[in-house]
Amino acid sequence: MKYVIIGNSTAAVGAVEGIRKIDMEGEITIISKEPYHVYSRPLISYLLYGKTDEERMKYRKEDFYDAMNCKVLLGKKAVKIDDAKKEVLLDSGEVLNYDKLLVATGSLPFVPPMKGLEGVEKRFSFMSLDDAKKLESAISPNSKVLIIGAGLIGLKCAEGISKKVESITVVDLADRILSSILDNDGAEIVKSHIEKENVRFILNAKVEEFTGNSALLSNGEKVEFDVLVVAVGVIPNTGLIKDINGKVNRGIVIDEFCQTSIPDIYAAGDCCESFDITIDQNRILALLPNAYMQGECAGINMAGGKKEFGKAIPMNAISFFGLHIITAGSYVGEVYSQIEGDNYKKLFVRDGLLKGYILIGNVDKAGIYTSLIREKTPLSEIDFELVFQSPGLMAFTRRERSKMLGGVVNEY
Amino acid sequence: MKRVYVNEKWCLACHLCEYYCAFANSNEKDMVKALKDIVIHPRIRVEQKDNISFAVSCRHCEEPLCVKGCITGALSIKDGVISVDQNKCVGCFTCILCCPYGAVSPGEKSVIQKCELCTNNMHGSPQCVKGCPNNAIVFEER
Repeated sequence: MKYVIIGNSTAAVGAVEGIRKIDMEGEITIISKEPYHVYSRPLISYLLYGKTDEERMKYRKEDFYDAMNCKVLLGKKAVKIDDAKKEVLLDSGEVLNYDKLLVATGSLPFVPPMKGLEGVEKRFSFMSLDDAKKLESAISPNSKVLIIGAGLIGLKCAEGISKKVESITVVDLADRILSSILDNDGAEIVKSHIEKENVRFILNAKVEEFTGNSALLSNGEKVEFDVLVVAVGVIPNTGLIKDINGKVNRGIVIDEFCQTSIPDIYAAGDCCESFDITIDQNRILALLPNAYMQGECAGINMAGGKKEFGKAIPMNAISFFGLHIITAGSYVGEVYSQIEGDNYKKLFVRDGLLKGYILIGNVDKAGIYTSLIREKTPLSEIDFELVFQSPGLMAFTRRERSKMLGGVVNEY
Repeated sequence: MKRVYVNEKWCLACHLCEYYCAFANSNEKDMVKALKDIVIHPRIRVEQKDNISFAVSCRHCEEPLCVKGCITGALSIKDGVISVDQNKCVGCFTCILCCPYGAVSPGEKSVIQKCELCTNNMHGSPQCVKGCPNNAIVFEER
């Protein structure tokens, strides 16, 4: 069996480990447009902050490819799939044939059209190790940095460079920061916390026009800067599948076995849509844990096993300047909230099920809530008041607990 | 594989498992010296309410969500034991987000901590089990 994997990040690693659970012999080739050993993308902000380095950023050990008996082509880009001939064409002109193909091409930075953007000399995205290196070499202690986008990427970037520049201004069209994971009240707590650290926010605003190193905003304000980071969002990198008329909505459409609409082609990670069980709809879940699990599931199925990927939910754990945030699911239904100082908790309940939660500050045992969402545990079967106050196994029945602690190992 | 199992019927809520855990991971040779005047920060934690009590520590799941979700690769599974590479961990707490048992917690000296069945300290086998006076915590194959 010949496996080809396009992409060399989390989903690809999941797939390799999934394949090797079943097939120790088959030939695996990984195509990577970047020149690096597999590294953890979310760590690029920690790299700039000085909390990690390139060596420790490696997502798997140095001998990963050897240990997994696979070949990796670094610095080469897949430009075309021929699904009839079962071939992948590379930019180097090489052609690889496959029996099973995985598309794990991730996402691309989304850069909305902005007048005068081309004229900005120092402008960057913040997604890859190269982006981080370029940004690092462009900034100095005198830099005034403008970041477009107060989402996860933009704010992690802000934290990463906060000690290395003179000032940071973050502009976002939304009325709150981290609008994809926080509600208004939660966002306000995190915003006040970040503002103490040399970061200024301008919300409800967008850039109307850049004139050299000056940005004119929609609220009339002018922001002078010398380094620009565009971190508005990401879009699934679906081109290879679109080009051969595979089914693509916002992301590549896959079934519960991570197979695309084209025979023998699978897809996993940020380039795909996932079925979010908290809203019973497909959506983009560009999250690292999701990418790994999807990749692993794809790998197992590619190798002839049978595994369904059926418990995808949005989930994020992130921190800014020591303040931790953990969120999961969808913010729908009845709200249970508990707010004490900087500790903020909101649970969202609909149809007798926990659908989502937000924790800021105290995040102890958050996984108990995540599990209630993923397992669709009927809240009538547990002591909900207790678990709301303090997440723990005490809220379950003795019988259920004896299964959890007494020998039946967790399956996901 | 041998795991730590809890039989809550036998738990006395004495919290000795927590003290033995803290001692085992202190790398001190003397228990009194290790625990004197400190607030312990154990990897096994007793949940207690009314007359029910039981200890919870890492289950060393066969399909560990913490390992699959780990953004750095710091958490890994080897011979069934899930361990953390403190050198790689950056403290994003995705493992705390993922663990269905609440068995991973922020560390005291490290970024995160979890039970590694005492394979990471000088004792080599679970000290909570050794310290449990009522056999409510056992280390066995099931």
